[in-house]
Amino acid sequence: MRYLFKTDYRQDMKLWRHRGDLFWYGLLVVVLLLIPRMLGEFYIGELGGVFIFAIAGVGLMLLAGYTGLISLGNAAFLGIGAYTNSVLLARGVPFLITLPVSGLFTAVFGAAIGLPTLRMSGLYLAIATLSFGSIVGTVFQKWDAVTGGFDGFAVPTPYIFGVPIEGANGIYYLSLAVLIFVLWLSANILRTPLGRAMVAIRDSEVSAQSMGIHLARYKTFAFAISAGMTGLAGALFAHYVRFLAPDAFDVLLSVQFVTIVFVGGLGSLHGAVLGAIFVRLLPQAIAIMRDELPFGIGRMPGLEPSLFGLVLVFVILFEPGGMYGRWIKVKHWFQAYPLKRRTAFRRQKSYARSERLR
Amino acid sequence: MSIFAANEIAIRFGGIRAVDAVSFEVNQGEVFSIIGPNGAGKTTIFNLISRIYQPSAGRLFFQDHDITDVPAYRIAGLGIARTFQNIELFANATLLQNLLIGRHCHSTVGVLSQLVFLPAVRREELKHREKAEEVIAFLGLERYRDTLIANLPYGVRKVVELGRALCIEPKLLLLDEPSSGLNVEETEGMGFWIEDIKKDLGITVIMVEHDMNLVRMVSDRVMALNYGKVIALGTPDEVQNHPEVVRAYIGGEA
Repeated sequence: MRYLFKTDYRQDMKLWRHRGDLFWYGLLVVVLLLIPRMLGEFYIGELGGVFIFAIAGVGLMLLAGYTGLISLGNAAFLGIGAYTNSVLLARGVPFLITLPVSGLFTAVFGAAIGLPTLRMSGLYLAIATLSFGSIVGTVFQKWDAVTGGFDGFAVPTPYIFGVPIEGANGIYYLSLAVLIFVLWLSANILRTPLGRAMVAIRDSEVSAQSMGIHLARYKTFAFAISAGMTGLAGALFAHYVRFLAPDAFDVLLSVQFVTIVFVGGLGSLHGAVLGAIFVRLLPQAIAIMRDELPFGIGRMPGLEPSLFGLVLVFVILFEPGGMYGRWIKVKHWFQAYPLKRRTAFRRQKSYARSERLR
Repeated sequence: MSIFAANEIAIRFGGIRAVDAVSFEVNQGEVFSIIGPNGAGKTTIFNLISRIYQPSAGRLFFQDHDITDVPAYRIAGLGIARTFQNIELFANATLLQNLLIGRHCHSTVGVLSQLVFLPAVRREELKHREKAEEVIAFLGLERYRDTLIANLPYGVRKVVELGRALCIEPKLLLLDEPSSGLNVEETEGMGFWIEDIKKDLGITVIMVEHDMNLVRMVSDRVMALNYGKVIALGTPDEVQNHPEVVRAYIGGEA
């Protein structure tokens, strides 16, 4: 068991709690950098997809997990980012400009959807963002002068300083870099007044207001930053799929993002990444196992969505902390072994109990 | 000298006059208590002062400035802090984070510098942390510093809410039933803190309270309300023995 001895306020501001954390995160990055040398093209491609979904997951985590605003329209943000990036690239704008621009442009859209939904929450907000998503989807289909409509849109190859970003390896490294950037940005948000204001809005709007937090401003910010990150993911997603079709950005994709956030664990950045791993790799695992399964089950239509639904239901019922919450418990069990207490993670429910101070 | 004044404020909910032409002045450095039976309009007055409700008539003045049209999120920055009757803490954040949210109105760094965590942000965070630690030491909350509010006992949460309000560094503190849900000992402890807040920190307090022992212990002046109207105003003893007050609580011939 490790006990942290705190001697400086700066310790609580660090991105890692102690040297052990730094070591493991460093090792993880080194391993991720070396993986393309060890695995085949197919796996590298899949991991690139995981990173892209993790970026979008972090975006939704800030909105849903930390600000408490649910969105079923984040697939539309992904689409806006993807189309902005591809259309600009096709017009000859360099990739190092189109990537940030697609993030910023999508952030503006996020702010625009944030403003009219300021007074909404819960189901009503979900419905409003859902309809925003379907409006944007329709625009992708009908505005064929720009998006190519149902004929689709071939995404040009991006160049960074004259070097083409091609193949599974290129997307892999690019997405990894953007993911690390997005995680760093989110960690900064969470350790400054910005992130605390978001948490305050999630837990109690009335008292957030009395603490001097401008609800409209921070809710709009949360939508903008969430959309911006999803837009970045979209720009990468365009290169990942290489051919944009408007029906890729439908509500099912938004539901996948929500699944990432819930299964990974609401209110943790780790959760967004773990959730993305789960959501991207489950279909692959099913595809690989399909041939092994008895014919009736393996070829059953709708196997994948029903498994997703089942997992979501089980997570909400039995592990509200999601995969990250479960990981914390497993880690605690090993750290405290053999002194694990059954009640270590049990929330105190009684309100009547009281305790004297000092 | 008066730090806060309400001038003929009124608010209606449908046909009910929850607060009806109430006027009072609060002097610098005093503890001013508002008492009254349930539904008398005490908490409504707090919600009017913290600008959650808009009065239908009358003006509110704080340090001789008219605050009747100031939006709710600016009130903390002016130096008015409040607590809530049913504890409105941020339950899924730690105690320390809750106190730091209380420092929000003192934050001056811009959004972009926070996103990249500039040195200026770090310096300001350190200052906020020092102030939060002062409050933690003042209220003796050290052992709960990194505990989630959801895991804290009720009595401690009540103190944390007081601490969060103190982090605003207010000039005027609104306490909505600080003793509700506390046992006798905890209530007495709360009374000592209110006295310390008044004497050591020099903060003016307006308090809504049912517990007459606490009211007598800390209040300089007391205002009694019934059906949204002021029925008595004076020292605790004067108000408690005022015939209108006795009738409001115990009943009697109209």
